[in-house]
Amino acid sequence: MRDVATHRVKTGLAEMLKGGVIMDVVTADQARVAEAAGAVAVMALERVPADIRSAGGVARMSDPSMIEAIKEAVTIPVMAKARIGHFVEAQLLETLEVDYIDESEVLTPADEANHIDKWAFKVPFVCGATNLGEALRRIGEGAAMIRTKGEAGTGNVVEAVRHMRAIHGEIRRLGGLDDAELYKSAKELAAPLDLVREIAQSGKLPVVNFSAGGIATPADAALMMQLGAEGLFVGSGIFKSEDPDRTAAAIVEATTNFDKPERVAGASRGLGAAMAGLEISSLAGPNGDGLLQHRGW
Amino acid sequence: MALVGVLALQGDFEAHARVLAGLGAQAQVVREPADLDRLDALVIPGGESTTMTLGIEREGLAEPLRDLVRAGTPTLGTCAGLIMLDRDHLDVLDIRARRNAFGRQVSSFEEELELPLGGERSERVRAVFIRAPWVEEHGGEVEVLASVGERPVAVRQEDVLAVAFHTEITGEDRLHRWLLERAAARADAPGATTGTAATRELA
Repeated sequence: MRDVATHRVKTGLAEMLKGGVIMDVVTADQARVAEAAGAVAVMALERVPADIRSAGGVARMSDPSMIEAIKEAVTIPVMAKARIGHFVEAQLLETLEVDYIDESEVLTPADEANHIDKWAFKVPFVCGATNLGEALRRIGEGAAMIRTKGEAGTGNVVEAVRHMRAIHGEIRRLGGLDDAELYKSAKELAAPLDLVREIAQSGKLPVVNFSAGGIATPADAALMMQLGAEGLFVGSGIFKSEDPDRTAAAIVEATTNFDKPERVAGASRGLGAAMAGLEISSLAGPNGDGLLQHRGW
Repeated sequence: MALVGVLALQGDFEAHARVLAGLGAQAQVVREPADLDRLDALVIPGGESTTMTLGIEREGLAEPLRDLVRAGTPTLGTCAGLIMLDRDHLDVLDIRARRNAFGRQVSSFEEELELPLGGERSERVRAVFIRAPWVEEHGGEVEVLASVGERPVAVRQEDVLAVAFHTEITGEDRLHRWLLERAAARADAPGATTGTAATRELA
């Protein structure tokens, strides 16, 4: 008997993407560049995060015809973004048969209290997280893959580092707790108790965890891999660089050879200018509203 | 302890390494030609076949991998690994794979398959197909072990076993046990000159 859309089938695709780079693309041509450079998947979206950030306004799911053009252009998996809580955008993406849906803080949230019930879909979801509690809430809602959020569209890796370190630090801390203490931790993390127990035991998230948000150079890629990322999303960092073809291939090479500094150095040589990048403190308003990572909870 | 190379350019190589460790074998991460020295067996994991193809070229692994398999090293390929072994890629298995033959992720599935690997093993395995290929054509030396509908999804040619699905993510270890048994038999064969001393002792 054939079983489709099991959790194992959903998390399994993320397993197959491990060690790879998923690249943001806005046209079929960019998708072809990403595929030729060795991307394991592309994320189809209307504008890269750096442009969403500068354009302002409401950012929504992409035009279906643009997603279809990208699906036609490449044979690697195609992902697309839905707004947080916008389950109808997710339904549309499912009819388009994208391979993964990213419920993403890069788009303007549609629901300020609830994320999408991801168990209700056949297409798997990836969701962003800044800490362990947030990651486990998303997994509890059915996410089959997690990415640390970082700060999209900045070309500044500092937030990606903060989030990856936060998640791994919290997982390590759980490993030292007894059963009674795990109840309290689950409450503090606002996370499902069964997942908290599972992680205390296994020492790792139950789904694949990639890094995203601010990776712009081969060295950034290797940094996140050495910090324990299982793969990378690179958004503006490629197509906002001076030489996207070479930057894309160099980031793939550095991701595979992340533990060999001489290879990362080789990949970094003569790439031209990386994207300009933004200082995080220049974005945060008084309430931190300038930061995309605070969308979602 | 058998030393098994697991191609680790990209994909679910860690899942394979875990299964091998559970069987008492040592997994050797393969990212460059030097990592292929002294291997008793080889695994090419699942992943993205275009990414893996580019990585094999970039790292200069095509010739050394081809030589290793052609020299008779027992080899297991799963999903993208099956594609890497076919005529259009490493050309060590007389098949032509069709990529993403079962469709996109919404069509990915799991099901029970009869997979006769010989020995005392039960033949039913839980097979997980993820954007999976199938075998479009195969030569006369290739034995089809399992099919979905009319489409071959598990094939063997001498000591090369290729499957279009994943068992490594389900806790299933029979394919890897087959691989280690072939490695031990080869080390034990008269005139065996390859493989580690440890494998020969084990056998």
